[in-house]
Amino acid sequence: MEHKESNIKWGMVIDLDKCTGCGACMVACEAENNIAPTPDSSNKLRTLSWLLVYEMNNGKAYPEHDVAYLPRPCMQCGNPSCLHVCPVVAIDKNEEGGIVSQVYPRCIGCRYCMAACPYHARYFNWFDPIWPEGMEKTLTPNVSVRPRGVAEKCTFCHHKFAEAKERARAEGRDPSHLEEGDYIPACVAACPNGAMHFGDLNNPKHKVYELSHKPEAFRLLERLGTDPQVYYSSKREWVRRQGDNYLTNEKTKGE
Amino acid sequence: MIDKAWIPEGVQRCSIGKFLLWLTFIGVFIAWGLYGAFVVLSQGIGTTGLDNYFGFGLWITFDLAVIALGAGAFFTGFLRYILRIDQLKNIINLTVLVGFLCYSGAMIVLVLDIGQPLRCWFGYWHPNVHSMLTEVIFCITCYCTVLVIEYVPLILENRMINKNRFCHHLAHNFHIYMPLFAGIGTFLSFFHQGSLGGMYGVLFGRPYAFREGFFIWPWTFFLFIASAIASGPSFTLLVNKLMEALSGKKLVDDFTKELMAKISGMLLCFYIFWKIMDTWAWANGMLPKEGLTFDQMFYGLAYGKWLLWTELGICGVVPAIMLIIPAVRKIHGLMYIAAFLNCSGIVINRFVQTVQTSAHPVLPFDAWQTYAPNWAEWSTSLMIVAYGFLVMSLSYRYLPVFPKEKELNS
Repeated sequence: MEHKESNIKWGMVIDLDKCTGCGACMVACEAENNIAPTPDSSNKLRTLSWLLVYEMNNGKAYPEHDVAYLPRPCMQCGNPSCLHVCPVVAIDKNEEGGIVSQVYPRCIGCRYCMAACPYHARYFNWFDPIWPEGMEKTLTPNVSVRPRGVAEKCTFCHHKFAEAKERARAEGRDPSHLEEGDYIPACVAACPNGAMHFGDLNNPKHKVYELSHKPEAFRLLERLGTDPQVYYSSKREWVRRQGDNYLTNEKTKGE
Repeated sequence: MIDKAWIPEGVQRCSIGKFLLWLTFIGVFIAWGLYGAFVVLSQGIGTTGLDNYFGFGLWITFDLAVIALGAGAFFTGFLRYILRIDQLKNIINLTVLVGFLCYSGAMIVLVLDIGQPLRCWFGYWHPNVHSMLTEVIFCITCYCTVLVIEYVPLILENRMINKNRFCHHLAHNFHIYMPLFAGIGTFLSFFHQGSLGGMYGVLFGRPYAFREGFFIWPWTFFLFIASAIASGPSFTLLVNKLMEALSGKKLVDDFTKELMAKISGMLLCFYIFWKIMDTWAWANGMLPKEGLTFDQMFYGLAYGKWLLWTELGICGVVPAIMLIIPAVRKIHGLMYIAAFLNCSGIVINRFVQTVQTSAHPVLPFDAWQTYAPNWAEWSTSLMIVAYGFLVMSLSYRYLPVFPKEKELNS
């Protein structure tokens, strides 16, 4: 399925050597994007976590044991596995910036996109979204709440992108050439360690451009051909190796 | 019997009391399923055992399985009306009935399975022509309509209904145009059986299911067609056997049964050869290219290799050999065992394609997850089975489903 090639490519670079797994990004994401409390959060396969922090380890015993934490938003793939399969065109990647969007009023809830995504970045509204009384006042006004029965996912806080463009217009600037820092998703803003960076991957003036070109940068499951717009970086070889599947005799990419 | 006038001429049926008792037994399962459906529709799919890792579960497996097993309808129709294998006229009504039940049942389940049932028409209104599921939505609904058209003349042939002049002529005219509907049904079925396989084969993010292929169609597209036409006739045979056992009558002559078994066997040989080739190419070509090994595709008992070997061997090669040997087909016990194994293999295939595909952790730091359907899924699935029994029972009692029944039991 063809989609527009954009000049701007919004992307993220996450330094896994700086991430402590504190979960601030997850909390910020859920609060910002109006994710309703789950009736029973003990079943982690039923919760909605547009951004989920995974724990990785090197599989070795103490004292060689090492851990890393990997925040996983939607990869906003250049070749999204979900986009092709949606039977009702409820998924789109045609806006400038390459964000994969989900059209909630269009989604029929077939969950084919969830079956297609290898990153488990897509979530389903299993229940009616209900906020305890009073908590509805915390809702973000520019983010639509989703009904039961539709799929949803991280949008790189698309509403913040829209706000940044509006602000640029109001200030007499070109909204199609946003400055670095004009548009920052909630998770990146909340990261206390500066592990998450956001910007235009195509723009050499943006930090993510430089970070994504470093030798320690990698993307998840590159071999599948999804072409993610989220990069990770780590100086630890075992972390980079877990970014993709390798046969035992294969070298880690970049080694 | 108060309904004697409605029963086909010259055949014996049980008393109305016994029949109503049987319908009550079926009704228990339907009532339980309706309660399950009410809970699902009113409270959402959160009431099922599905989760974010297993968006597809028992319902989709059930749908895929019954659609494959219901393929006897279109393929037998193709052989009977297009290739003119006249002998199949003795079983064609049953295949239509089985097909109608399988497809209409699958559609009922789909209404429950989608999160927004009121938006089910979006598939037509906002179709994504690149999605295999769009093709499935179009073809399944169109083909279900064809099956209704094929089933209607059988209803009109009921002794009382047929007395009506209009109904009599309508049934007659339907029969005249049946080759046309058989042709349309064949066309639609080939595509949607294939697209159901294509749905998995195109998932390039899921190494368990992903396959290369020809033009826009992954190999699973062709394998699903082949497996459906191989198992469909076997399933019809099993349904016929069950009806014979329940009614205590012989309904189809041996020659027709053995012909169906032969057709099934030949097609199964074709399918299983290519399925083995496909598995070999996947294990030695596709997986290493993605940095994965064959062993990594299996886990524990729920997703173990035993499923693959059972599918390919015990439920694939073994019934294929059995069904193509004339001497085996002559021993009906063995013939039915082979037909059962054949159908079981296809059900396993649809299960692993649906559930194991989702269970395999593609991210190296992720873990295998398991899925177990809950009562809401079981009750509604059993409701569809009960619905099949209900329509089959009514059709058998009141419609001339088996043209040779009178002759075989006189």
